[in-house]
Amino acid sequence: MNHAATFDRISVGDPHNSIGLHEAPQDALNDVRSAVTQGTAMNHNANVEQVRVEDLHKSYGDNEVLKGVSLSANSGDVISIIGSSGSGKSTWLRCINFLENPTSGRVVVGGKEVGLTRNRKGDLVVADPKQLQLIRTRLSMVFQHFNLWSHMTVLENVIEAPIHVLGLPKAEALERAERYLERVGVWKFRDAYPAHMSGGQQQRVAIARALAMEPSVLLFDEPTSALDPELVGEVLKVMRSLAEEGRTMLVVTHEMGFAREVSNHVIFVHRGRVEEQGNPKEVLVRPQSERLQQFLSGNLK
Amino acid sequence: MDALIEYSPSLLGGAWVTLKVALLSLVLAVASGLLGAACKLSNLLPLRLWTMLYTTIVRGVPDLVMMLLVFYGGQLLLNEVIDYFEWEFIEINPFVAGVLTIGFIFGAYFTETFRGAFLSVSAGQLEAGRAYGMTSWQVFLRIMFPQMLRYALPGIGNNWLVLLKSTAIVSMIGLSDMTSLADQAGRSTHQPFTFYLAVCVLYLAMTAVSGWFLGRLTTRYNVGVREANV
Repeated sequence: MNHAATFDRISVGDPHNSIGLHEAPQDALNDVRSAVTQGTAMNHNANVEQVRVEDLHKSYGDNEVLKGVSLSANSGDVISIIGSSGSGKSTWLRCINFLENPTSGRVVVGGKEVGLTRNRKGDLVVADPKQLQLIRTRLSMVFQHFNLWSHMTVLENVIEAPIHVLGLPKAEALERAERYLERVGVWKFRDAYPAHMSGGQQQRVAIARALAMEPSVLLFDEPTSALDPELVGEVLKVMRSLAEEGRTMLVVTHEMGFAREVSNHVIFVHRGRVEEQGNPKEVLVRPQSERLQQFLSGNLK
Repeated sequence: MDALIEYSPSLLGGAWVTLKVALLSLVLAVASGLLGAACKLSNLLPLRLWTMLYTTIVRGVPDLVMMLLVFYGGQLLLNEVIDYFEWEFIEINPFVAGVLTIGFIFGAYFTETFRGAFLSVSAGQLEAGRAYGMTSWQVFLRIMFPQMLRYALPGIGNNWLVLLKSTAIVSMIGLSDMTSLADQAGRSTHQPFTFYLAVCVLYLAMTAVSGWFLGRLTTRYNVGVREANV
């Protein structure tokens, strides 16, 4: 199926069209799932580009934190973005769904170029609020500090955006919530509030919240960095299973094991530039650049 | 005691006036407080300066002085304006003046309460709302407001109690609230103690009911907060 073409047709906020919005990605996911269950790789749509970023720059005043970075993710790609703190890797991820406004560059989501315009500060913002909303429903983000809504139960957290942003009927949102909370193993906590759960459980709820949007790409912003070491495993396990399911994922991470074992592409960012990238089994085992060698020797004890 | 029974309908009528002044002022104060907090947190310097002037002046002047200033000073100002345009004479109604002044004064306190509460809401949770495609209005209504209220409730409760008791000063501008009626009854029966005590009991009843109601609200808006257990 041509995901990109479907994407062009749909629009968020139009109640008559909202069925199209959640049916399209659902079909795509079902395709992926059936491909997985049949034991074949989902090659038939592996080449559909989900997101592309070209020559992205971001400055805070005189401080240029991103100096022209690019990436492209096709269906089923799991891309790890690694680098030391302050290298700009989180900013990069946050520019893709426009939580940060880039200074220059292009973003293409689902084959459609994001129309940009400059704001008063000179940063690029999405010209059409509807397109911004559409991008954000297609790219679901998982945050370092989970950012679950603390006044809502686990279940309410997961059905919130599907109901109020996608316009899903409550029954369908609940069905999705059950499916994805089961999927990450926290369905039994559905009536609990986030503050009463461990960090690992909260992050799994946050992943279920992202999945419930049935997005085309999952964005992970250092999902395990705020967790106690013994809780990291449960989150990584879920992420690995999502990758094996054929989900498209962009993961900013410090977990070299995850980058090496799970992702099919790794990007090393240093001082706002892509210093080295490629197959993790190559790049992480035989790093070419001195910077990456230093970074890895500091990381692998 | 007989005197108290005789005057009780009038006193209860006064209590009703007090309650009306208090509730209407509360509505006005909450509205000005939300507006003031929004201005204080805005990016626009003139709005911030204007609100700063408002809170600084209002919180720095005694309520009673402000009330007399609005009532008598306001009337003088109004007379000047009326003369200038040759309109018919308009008298400032003590009820309206009372509500406006108390609402205006407590708006300044609510501004600070709401400002602090808005700042306490986790930026990450608001960001999550935006990241999931919510509009600014949805983020405000579904995430910011319910959480802001949780932080604001203790302050709202305090402000409300002080506001409720401040309504006693409307008796100074001739409004027949329960304090002024008790004063009159006390004078005519030579039993001031009885009547002021009755007023105390009525105020206490109102604050007690408020306390119970605020407790319920606090429980309602504190869901999901881990409480400390000793």
